[in-house]
Amino acid sequence: MRTAAEPIRELRLEGITKRFPGILACNNISMQVSRGEVLALVGENGAGKSTLMNILAGLYQPDSGTITLNGREVRFHTPNDAYAHGIGMVHQNFMLVPNMTVTENVALGLKEHHRFMNLDLKSAKARIMEVSEHHQLPVNPDAHIWQLSVGEQQRVELIKTLCFGAQLLILDEPTSALTPQETDDLIDRLKRMTGELSIIFISHKLNEVKSLSDRVAILRHGAVVFNGQTADHTSADLAALMTGREIHLPRNEGLSLDGGVVLQARDLHVRGDRGHLALDGLDLELHAGEILGLAGVSGNGQRELAEALTGLRRVESGRVEFLDADMTNRSPASMIAAGLGYIPEDRHHEGIVPKFSVKENLVLKDFHTVKFSWWVVLKQSEIAHNAEALKASFDIRCSSTSAAGGSLSGGNIQKVILARELAREPKALVAVYPTRGVDMGAQEFIHSQLLARRRAGGGVLLISEELEEIMNLSDRIAVIYKGRILKVLNSLDATRERLGLLMAGVADE
Amino acid sequence: MTSKFKIAYGAGVILLAALAAAVLGALVLKAIGASPLDTYVTIFTGPFKDVFGITEILVRAVPLILVGLGIAIAFRSGIINIGAEGQMLIGILAATATALALPGLPRYLLLTLVVLAGAIGGGLWAGIAGILRARLGVNEILSTVMLNYIAAQFYTFFLRGPMIDPGELETGSGTPQSMRLPESAILSHLIPGTRLHTGLILALVLCVCVYFFLWHTTFGFRLRAAGAEAKAARYAGIHVPGSLVMAMVLSGCFAGIAGAVEVTGVHHRAIENITSGYGFAGIVVALFGALHPAGIVPAAVFFGLLLVGSDMTQRSAGVPANMILVLQGVIILCIVSAKMYLNNAYTQERAARFFARFTAKAAPESTKDGGQS
Amino acid sequence: MTHGFVYNILLLGVPFSVALLLASLGEMFNQRAGVFNLGCEGIMCMGAFLGFLPPYFLKTGPLAPYGILIGFAIAMVAGIILGLLFALVTVTFRAEQGIAGIGLQMLGWGVAGTLFRHYVGGVTGVEGLAAWAIPGLSRIPFLGELLFNHNPMVYIAFLMVPASWYILFKTPWGLKVRAAGTAPRAADSMGINVNRVRYQALMLGGAMAGLGGAYLSLCQAKMFADDLVAGRGFIAVALVYFGRWNPVGIMGGALLFSLAQSLQLSIQVGGIKFPYEFAVMLPYVLVILVLSLTRKARMLGPSSLGIPYNREMRY
Repeated sequence: MRTAAEPIRELRLEGITKRFPGILACNNISMQVSRGEVLALVGENGAGKSTLMNILAGLYQPDSGTITLNGREVRFHTPNDAYAHGIGMVHQNFMLVPNMTVTENVALGLKEHHRFMNLDLKSAKARIMEVSEHHQLPVNPDAHIWQLSVGEQQRVELIKTLCFGAQLLILDEPTSALTPQETDDLIDRLKRMTGELSIIFISHKLNEVKSLSDRVAILRHGAVVFNGQTADHTSADLAALMTGREIHLPRNEGLSLDGGVVLQARDLHVRGDRGHLALDGLDLELHAGEILGLAGVSGNGQRELAEALTGLRRVESGRVEFLDADMTNRSPASMIAAGLGYIPEDRHHEGIVPKFSVKENLVLKDFHTVKFSWWVVLKQSEIAHNAEALKASFDIRCSSTSAAGGSLSGGNIQKVILARELAREPKALVAVYPTRGVDMGAQEFIHSQLLARRRAGGGVLLISEELEEIMNLSDRIAVIYKGRILKVLNSLDATRERLGLLMAGVADE
Repeated sequence: MTSKFKIAYGAGVILLAALAAAVLGALVLKAIGASPLDTYVTIFTGPFKDVFGITEILVRAVPLILVGLGIAIAFRSGIINIGAEGQMLIGILAATATALALPGLPRYLLLTLVVLAGAIGGGLWAGIAGILRARLGVNEILSTVMLNYIAAQFYTFFLRGPMIDPGELETGSGTPQSMRLPESAILSHLIPGTRLHTGLILALVLCVCVYFFLWHTTFGFRLRAAGAEAKAARYAGIHVPGSLVMAMVLSGCFAGIAGAVEVTGVHHRAIENITSGYGFAGIVVALFGALHPAGIVPAAVFFGLLLVGSDMTQRSAGVPANMILVLQGVIILCIVSAKMYLNNAYTQERAARFFARFTAKAAPESTKDGGQS
Repeated sequence: MTHGFVYNILLLGVPFSVALLLASLGEMFNQRAGVFNLGCEGIMCMGAFLGFLPPYFLKTGPLAPYGILIGFAIAMVAGIILGLLFALVTVTFRAEQGIAGIGLQMLGWGVAGTLFRHYVGGVTGVEGLAAWAIPGLSRIPFLGELLFNHNPMVYIAFLMVPASWYILFKTPWGLKVRAAGTAPRAADSMGINVNRVRYQALMLGGAMAGLGGAYLSLCQAKMFADDLVAGRGFIAVALVYFGRWNPVGIMGGALLFSLAQSLQLSIQVGGIKFPYEFAVMLPYVLVILVLSLTRKARMLGPSSLGIPYNREMRY
């Protein structure tokens, strides 16, 4: 299978169309890649990039359109078919089995090594070492996936895809979880591989696109709006093409309102899901009227910190103080009652109840208050009024406030959550990846709402993996590394390079 | 996608599921040499031959409604209750004991106490599974099934020992059953000469109560939120383990009430095999009624018909009583299979596009036809 | 307690564990592949009944000596068919597995009972499988009688323990099963047909549950009755948790249960006063206890257990 694939000289996509319920994800898309070329596929979240590449990798079937390889039409019904033709994809959410070793993960896909009653791990391991040496991607083949860092897991993904004989590598937002330095390193490695491989590189970070790609294709709302040589265009041109209009993401105007401390963590120790100490003596102070950005590579305790602050995760030792009261290990309900707002990471499962209507989701935290209930009976008309008012002021696009929350688009779900949280006028707001996966318009809106909250005297803890977002919005920036705050910087002193080093655990001075 | 298509789609899926259930049932009937068509005709028309048959359907529907309501509460709250059978038994023990212990009380007070005792008995029994799930993460399906077996043994232990009718010991026949309940603890009949009792009214009133509880109170909101997406409910400050326990206890209360009503309305004493599988049939009723009180009532009547009808086939055509289990199992499998096609927007849209191809081709022709006529 | 008392409990306990062990190993494959099959109980009922039929009907005639063998074969085939039905419902139609399992349980139990009433009627015994002492080994004092003087199914069931371990951890198919249950999307992206693997696992699980059921009617009770299986299918599911999805752990659990059962029998035979109902209750109470104590273990289970896989579902 691996050896049988003929070299890819040219790959063409023609007229690819793919629908999901309520969304036209890819609308008549055509593009091509030649040998040794790096094509950057650029577009906003939800533009259809991942869907298109999942079609190319054989995971999704297009509703119409053709794929031609070296002039012959091919059909990929399964990822096997794609691999058989030398096309391999590194997904944004790594496709690895966490409780297996690196070797087992690779062996899973190496069908030619499968014997009826015997699993040939030896030759799989040999293959890994061969690829690892050839491309200078060091790896420990006997390590379990869950033991590896994000960067190492990504290397395993790359090796795995190469072991399966990929000649055309599809990389879906490969840098989203990396520090700036790791990103540079990855881009160097990829550049060296272009001698033997073609690469399709999905990203929305234009500086990476500029430094790696030969050509760039821009998708907007499922259609190709631009296709040309990267070198001929500036980042600003590409950005305008990507969003379809000039977007000016709001910035923090800088006038720090020096309020008192609203929320603080002292010497916090918290365990993660696997029982390890995810927070190991973390100290943090959030003031009223500021946005505190928390930068860091994901998996360094951000999730656990947000959950410990909101009462969702047990604190082993240390203190959580909110408005000068000790709130350590208090229930989520009492944190909410005290005035703490929370925009959780997983908006589909943590932020809203997908089967509940929009209006019910908008009172998810307040349905039991006197405003929305009399004794135990819900005031349905009050709940409906509230929804109409918030729908208008937060520009929530839905057919009706009785529609199921889960039927809304990602950006609108985020607006529902934002409306619910901000309507409660929280003294402090913990926002985890608030703009992940939403389009630029929604991003602009969310940013301006966070800044408005700051102006109104609320404290905002902004946890994000987008350095740009953090640098634009924050008054101060804290860098988290292995469950501790490594340093807190004034945002005026913060540069990408400095933050990048800190995120990698290199403390300066 | 038009709303017309949605209705047609839903109806189509349900019809297919019903057909699949009927065919699978027919296979088993064929295997025992019975005529499937005759059997189905007897089941579905036999009970309507006289007033008694019709009232019998309702007599069966009463416990089914009550058990179904309880199961719907549990399912809506994210916890699966397979233990209604055992909860009914414990409810019957508690109700019978109360009625026998306080025979002198005024009728309405005693009946209230008896039904309450049943509710408490069933609720506590279910509460065990609820607490085990909330505290220790014990799979509630397994624990409720085990509690069914345990309750059945408890029940026979009490009927053979502490609660046995002294008359049985005197005559020496030793049939495991309790004494007859005092007259003041027996529900009156709605229609003289039939077994239909006032428990039907209680069941219907409780239907309305459950609807109001689930959709118009803060408790119901809490339970439904925890059931629909436990994570989001937790993040919104709802105490999910507490709501699971509450849902399970409530669910058991309804099974217990069903037991109390069954003993005070139909059998008038605790006997062996008193639940006649209502606890399991109630699961099917709740699912068939789309976990909504307004759906549970017709579903319970339908299954009442099925139960009475299959009793008749047992007598007339010699189809073993176990056949009802077969039909229930098949119906469950068909309902849960159909559910994905009913609720899933994705498959719905795919089907819509699939059929749109035909209608798009057919469209020009039909306009031509329209012009001619 | 005398030496003989304990010895008798052990002697009874080993063969008692076979039905549980077989069904539970089968269920382990189901769950490892990501499907929670509570219908195990129903499959065991069908296996017990269909396994019982051939020796019942073939009491005389040329095929009589093979009645039991045919019984086991038919029980396995029935198990595979019911496993396929469950796969159709839960894998292809992606139905909720817990409730679907209860449906399958009712179906299996109901069909077995219906057919039994029609074709057999009342409780009738069959000859069953005789013990076969392993030459040599069975002569070992004490242990020989205990371990090497049983019916052949006992040896087969215990050989299934290392065999299952090997299949799960040392063959490509086992690797696929484990991946399908833990990270189906990852498995799919590597060209593993997740649904096909789940179908295969459910067929294997069904065959083993059917075999376990047939063991009950052919070797243990040597007759069939409506309530012969009496929740053993559910106990088998619980044992998978207890054994932490591992064949050796499952064997330990099966032995624990069968020893409890033989202890209960010995107590009754020994004339110790104890209400009969409470003795019968014992294994079920034990299941609840065991499940309560394996809280931590659930973290180790297949993470996609109970979740149907749909490649194109985005959330």
